[in-house]
Amino acid sequence: MEDRTPPITGAEILIRCLHEENVKFVFGYPGGAVLNIYDEIFKQDKFKHVLVRHEQAAVHAADAFSRATGTVGVALVTSGPGATNAVTGIATAYMDSIPMVIISGQVPSPVIGMDAFQEVDMVGITRPCVKHNFLVKDIKELAATMKKAFYIAATGRPGPVVVDVPKDITAQLAHFDYPKSVELRSYSPVVKGHSGQIKKALKLMLEAKRPMMYTGGGIVLGDAAEALTKLSRTLGFPVTNTLMGLGGYPATDKQFVGMLGMHGTYEANMSMQDCDVLVAVGARFDDRVIGNPGHFFSKDRTIIHIDVDPSSISKRVKVDVPIVGHVQSVLTEMIELLDGEFKSTLQARQDAPLQAWWKQIDEWRGRKCLNYAKSDLVIKPQSVVEKLWEVTKGDAFITSDVGQHQMWAAQYYKFDKPRRWINSGGLGTMGVGLPYAMGAQLAHPDAQVACITGEASIQMCIQELSTCKQFHLPVKVVNLNNRYMGMVRQWQEFFYGNRYSESYMDALPDFVKLAEAYGHVGFKIEKPSDVEAVLKEAFSPALKERMVFMDFLTDQSENVFPMVPNGKGLSEMILAEDL
Amino acid sequence: MKHIISLLMENEAGALSRVAGLFSARAYNIESLTVAPTEDATLSRMTIVTSGSDDVIEQIIKQLNKLVDVVKVLDLNDGRYIERELMLVKVKATGALRDEMKRLCDIFRGRIIDVADSSYTIELTGTGSKLDAFLETLDKTAILETVRTGASGIGRGDRILKV
Ligand SMILES: Cc1cc2nc3c(=O)[nH]c(=O)nc-3n(C[C@H](O)[C@H](O)[C@H](O)COP(=O)(O)OP(=O)(O)OC[C@H]3O[C@@H](n4cnc5c(N)ncnc54)[C@H](O)[C@@H]3O)c2cc1C
Ligand SMILES: Cc1ncc(C[n+]2csc(CCOP(=O)(O)OP(=O)(O)O)c2C)c(N)n1
Ligand SMILES: [Mg+2]
Repeated sequence: MEDRTPPITGAEILIRCLHEENVKFVFGYPGGAVLNIYDEIFKQDKFKHVLVRHEQAAVHAADAFSRATGTVGVALVTSGPGATNAVTGIATAYMDSIPMVIISGQVPSPVIGMDAFQEVDMVGITRPCVKHNFLVKDIKELAATMKKAFYIAATGRPGPVVVDVPKDITAQLAHFDYPKSVELRSYSPVVKGHSGQIKKALKLMLEAKRPMMYTGGGIVLGDAAEALTKLSRTLGFPVTNTLMGLGGYPATDKQFVGMLGMHGTYEANMSMQDCDVLVAVGARFDDRVIGNPGHFFSKDRTIIHIDVDPSSISKRVKVDVPIVGHVQSVLTEMIELLDGEFKSTLQARQDAPLQAWWKQIDEWRGRKCLNYAKSDLVIKPQSVVEKLWEVTKGDAFITSDVGQHQMWAAQYYKFDKPRRWINSGGLGTMGVGLPYAMGAQLAHPDAQVACITGEASIQMCIQELSTCKQFHLPVKVVNLNNRYMGMVRQWQEFFYGNRYSESYMDALPDFVKLAEAYGHVGFKIEKPSDVEAVLKEAFSPALKERMVFMDFLTDQSENVFPMVPNGKGLSEMILAEDL
Repeated sequence: MKHIISLLMENEAGALSRVAGLFSARAYNIESLTVAPTEDATLSRMTIVTSGSDDVIEQIIKQLNKLVDVVKVLDLNDGRYIERELMLVKVKATGALRDEMKRLCDIFRGRIIDVADSSYTIELTGTGSKLDAFLETLDKTAILETVRTGASGIGRGDRILKV
């Protein structure tokens, strides 16, 4: 400890911490409180700083970078307005359990609490929407705090962590010692599931007549898609994904029954309602998923719930076999047991596989709930997503905003791989689409990245077209332009007697000119016959390096089906054919 | 049902507001909350009196455990425990009331800790319900001021909450 390197400033320490964490991109926006930090950024080249046009977008882009890679996303904002602008992004990441570290500048320590210029209590404001937060009060704690922040963000149930750094701390001097590891007596997430519980669960699963795998974002977050696929195939169970879990099981596989929930498929919701053993994996029984809880409980079924966060278990739905643990570890243990202790039980069961159950499911599938009326006159939004899937060979990174287009993206783009579908499920934040696409494109520079959006959502972060230009991000925007806040209009049509209060999008810009003004390529598509050609052109080698904004004028009256109306049970869906 | 939850947390600025914020954000009841450092200066001990169905209490315990600053949580109602609360009551003590107050105070095993011309200040310790009972016994108009600490609790015998 004696022959240390000379002391360095807090700002430099901060940068060194990011280097130690192997951070490749920092998304941010400068300001007074973080000028020392920005000066150090200027002097280094180990990570790239991505200058956004609004702090909300910095957090969204860092969030998407994390979703697309599985690493911790990093954003940097200044105090006061920079910090408050970041809050929507932080809350969005929090609701979907995304690991992130957000560094916010703070006014100098001596003036904290004095209503100083650009002062806001960031730790107080973000407390309800972070996994944890820190105000750094002593330069000697800075490096250890950063280490803790990255550790807490990425382990257990992931989540955003805010580190609020007063300006004077960034100027003070200290020796830099980055801790090799962290130990927190108050924080030790469980990894391995209880073996007794795992065996109990497997026994129930093997006795099931109508089993169902209900899997969510935890599969994606826990990188357990492979284990889930292997386990489900070994058992021959039907699999459904939540909106957050799409890609966690290959959508084109025959055991996949589609997304479940409010806008889930008929077969997924019916199986969920009718199963006798439900295996919930990394999913949190959201209200958009189980519909009316009373209706859901009216059927008897045994529920097994695997989740790393004990508070997700038995929160809305009482479960019979709780298993607290990391999905990867628990599913792998199950796979091993099926090849060991439970092998003979599994084989014995093979004589009477789940034929009757699959027959029933195939009957439900026969309803073809995702069929929609085709048209030669007006562009059907669903058909654009289907075509996009074809043109990108189902292999693109797809981000979306919030609304009808989000649901159509989820229903009609068949995700075969995890981390390809990036959207805001828990908070449902309009405006995420474009910054999400930026984060995904930076994470995978050679991949096809498309942002499926609506004319209302896209305007909430439209300024990022400029960031795309500066950083040469060849994102393809698929604007499903129905001239309405379609999702709002749909509810008004169904539940408010067609009174379309403030949901018409008037005075829309000419998106083609707008894209061009920012230096991009724009297309306006009005005829169904042009859809495929334009998509092909946008993804052609000629435009590979360019950002393309495709403005599809779609059917204004189209609605999302199936739909479980608010307060109704899962099996009480409205289907398109009913109308 | 009423529950007394004891917890140990890092003695750090902000830890208290995390717990208080959790209760308000998730609309949990909070009857009283007390907190003070322990013999280990890095730890604070908090006692929360709350109420709710078994499901709600289970969620409260899980959510508290999830807070990064919280080291250990114990629902005292899961076993045998002792509950104590301290109350100071300033009462009118004039004329006949002077003897009456002294008598009531003795019955409840309180102590008069301040005597003035027209008032007494009584110190009383016990369970919350004992303190309630004392206040109910007093003539409402005789009560000048009350202050209660909120409950503290500790497990009986071998039940120990320690890191
Ligand atoms: C307009 C709109 C419509 C929507 N409609 C639907 C719909 O029809 N269907 C639908 O499903 N959703 C829908 N949603 C999304 C919904 O609001 C929820 O966000 C979503 O259902 C939650 O998904 P999840 O249960 O997979 O949980 P997530 O929020 O993804 O949570 C993940 C769970 O996994 C756990 N976990 C994390 N990591 C691990 C690990 N390593 N090991 C074990 N467990 C882990 C976490 O603790 C958590 O419990 C809609 C959203 C919007 C905005
Ligand atoms: C920031 C924010 N404000 C409001 C809402 C409520 N909301 C949900 S969907 C929606 C309409 C979205 O319209 P658009 O982007 O055009 O998509 P569409 O439904 O038409 O496909 C609104 C206003 C929201 N989710 N987020
Ligand atoms: Mg719209």
